[in-house]
Amino acid sequence: MQLTGAEIVIRCLQEENVEYVFGYPGGSVLYIYDELFKQDKFKHVLVRHEQAAVHAADAYSRSSSKIGVCMVTSGPGVTNAVTGIATAHMDSIPIVIISGQVPTPYIGQDAFQECDTVGITRPCVKHNFLVKDVKDLALTLKKAFYIAKTGRPGPVLVDIPKDVTMHKCEFEYPPTISMRSYNPIVKPQDGQVKKALKLLLEAKRPMIYTGGGIILSDAAEQLVKLARTLGFPVTNTLMGLGGYPSTDRQFVGMLGMHGTYEANMAMQHCDVLIAIGARFDDRVIGNPEHFGSIARKIIHIDIDPSSIAKRVDVDVPIVGHLPDVLGELQLLLEQSGEKPDAGALAAWWAQINEWRGRKSLKYTQGKELIMPQYVVETLYEITGGDAFVTSDVGQHQMWAAQYYKFDKPRRWINSGGLGTMGVGLPYAMGVRFANPDATVACITGEASIQMNIQELSTAKQFRLPIKIINLNNRYLGMVRQWQEMFHGNRYAESYVDALPDFVKLAESYGHVGMRIERPADVEPALREAFTKHKDDLVFMDFLTDQTANVYPMIAAGKGLSEMILAEDL
Amino acid sequence: MRHIISILLENEAGALSRVSGLFSARAFNIESLTVAATEDPSLSRMTIVSSGSDNVIEQITKQLNKLIDVVKVVDLSEAAHIERELMLVKVRATGEVREEVKRVADIFRGRIVDVTESSYVIELTGNCSKLDAFLDAINRDLVLETARTGVCGIGRGDRILKV
Repeated sequence: MQLTGAEIVIRCLQEENVEYVFGYPGGSVLYIYDELFKQDKFKHVLVRHEQAAVHAADAYSRSSSKIGVCMVTSGPGVTNAVTGIATAHMDSIPIVIISGQVPTPYIGQDAFQECDTVGITRPCVKHNFLVKDVKDLALTLKKAFYIAKTGRPGPVLVDIPKDVTMHKCEFEYPPTISMRSYNPIVKPQDGQVKKALKLLLEAKRPMIYTGGGIILSDAAEQLVKLARTLGFPVTNTLMGLGGYPSTDRQFVGMLGMHGTYEANMAMQHCDVLIAIGARFDDRVIGNPEHFGSIARKIIHIDIDPSSIAKRVDVDVPIVGHLPDVLGELQLLLEQSGEKPDAGALAAWWAQINEWRGRKSLKYTQGKELIMPQYVVETLYEITGGDAFVTSDVGQHQMWAAQYYKFDKPRRWINSGGLGTMGVGLPYAMGVRFANPDATVACITGEASIQMNIQELSTAKQFRLPIKIINLNNRYLGMVRQWQEMFHGNRYAESYVDALPDFVKLAESYGHVGMRIERPADVEPALREAFTKHKDDLVFMDFLTDQTANVYPMIAAGKGLSEMILAEDL
Repeated sequence: MRHIISILLENEAGALSRVSGLFSARAFNIESLTVAATEDPSLSRMTIVSSGSDNVIEQITKQLNKLIDVVKVVDLSEAAHIERELMLVKVRATGEVREEVKRVADIFRGRIVDVTESSYVIELTGNCSKLDAFLDAINRDLVLETARTGVCGIGRGDRILKV
């Protein structure tokens, strides 16, 4: 049967079992929206700005491991989406973006709402396509879903000119696909896995360092099993939190610029490091020369060969799908019947526990001013550690990562790579669509939340009972912290003046608003929000200590063991 | 170190910009880049001359392999290979230098492919240093214009880059 391009788009999405499309209509996608209107197999979520559509699709994927889908129109629809696409790209999130384009004869004519979508998005997608012939449409969409999810995942954009959505052709959705130019390596080399095991068994001061790859490849189960069998300390990156249970005694906390003292010291002083689905980025190891000043053997496991030996030299590189590699390692370990050096390991743990004794995350909650850390800790207690937590970017993001202990993967949703302010609220929306019964909290700040505040309207339309935890210090907090520490207290443009009354703002959108100004009110307010207002979106505006800083901290360009600790430590 | 990287990629619109975009985005250096369709019209072959430390070249080949349109990547300079570049040079050829230019062109096995009363166009093929040497051998003031293709290369003997 002959179908139009628009009908083909809809059929392909149905074939891929898409549940939700996050989007915003416009001229170039009208035929697609017309077909969308006529079907009910998947739902469309109308956002209030295209950036939020991409963030919501991104979080839908992060919190479920399914592929997120969004749809935008040509020109400004696409350019608005670019921040969302780049955010997903930096964190390797599998999403498919369908964008409208002006009709093919108009391409290159500076037509109304025309932009070079493939050109603009090329550096921030895993791959993109311009479909010029309706006969290529179904195969291209199949490829898009396949490329997004396999290998190192990432966003794939399909740009469809309006005339292609009107043209007709026979529809057949290819059941499988193979591409001669794209065959992501998945099977690890046996010899390399054996070498890795040998190093691990010889280690005196071993360390397991894992990143977002564990979450993305759903390898948490294999990681926990291996780590427990070995008895080694584990640290997670910001993107890897929840990959290993934060409440487990082998967990030494997050590492990096705002990592715990024990995690960073153990990372620096270990003699054998196994890095799994992590990429040694600048916020994690600080200065690579300083990191390399102590000799250690490094095993690096990743799906992406280009992540290996990019920033540090590696002794045993292993390219593969993490659950398979970890499973293989576990099997070889059990077959060998060997165990790590118990004496050396006990001494290493004694050293780590001494570092732990510094209690680098300690803070003091007084009677007058609310400490932001206290709000996050109380949120953790009230939600029983079982919420999905999204964050924006800045100090509050670090406090959320440090004080909310994630025991499960895919519960901590934030923009780690690109560091995009404004993701928190659309992320919370995406999470809730993927997990309709889940408790969802968005930890944000008064600056970040205003970057996508319009989504309060979407949240109302779809009755999303998100709890917004606004840590309001009237400053661009992280900017203020750097200005205090490195720019002689000159607070250039970091004070946020003329803030709205967030309570009234929330109420005007039809939500519940609360302002919390005293430490004693923090716990009761949170309790009320999560019980009495369980089914409402609650905007909780916490006025917090304006001088609070995130500690520990490694200044840019410094080494892992050169942490700045809080003054009273 | 100078490397010659050969790439087989899908002959599709935009494939070239994916490669050139990768080099600019990651601050990799390009000395020359040539591309044309192969005997199989669905594939293009690209030759890139780049320079960098071993780590940088390793990253370049890995990042190229990561591009979805790229089918195969090989660093030709890792083993025996042939490299060639074509240059067309227009030189002033009047009076006594007319004979001198022809003699130098003959020595470099260049061919004169266009002649006017006052100029020659000389076609010259070889590796980059030969072309440079030719330009050094004639008086620079005589050179009116040069057009160079950039390097293309192929492995010697059994080294074959094919799908």
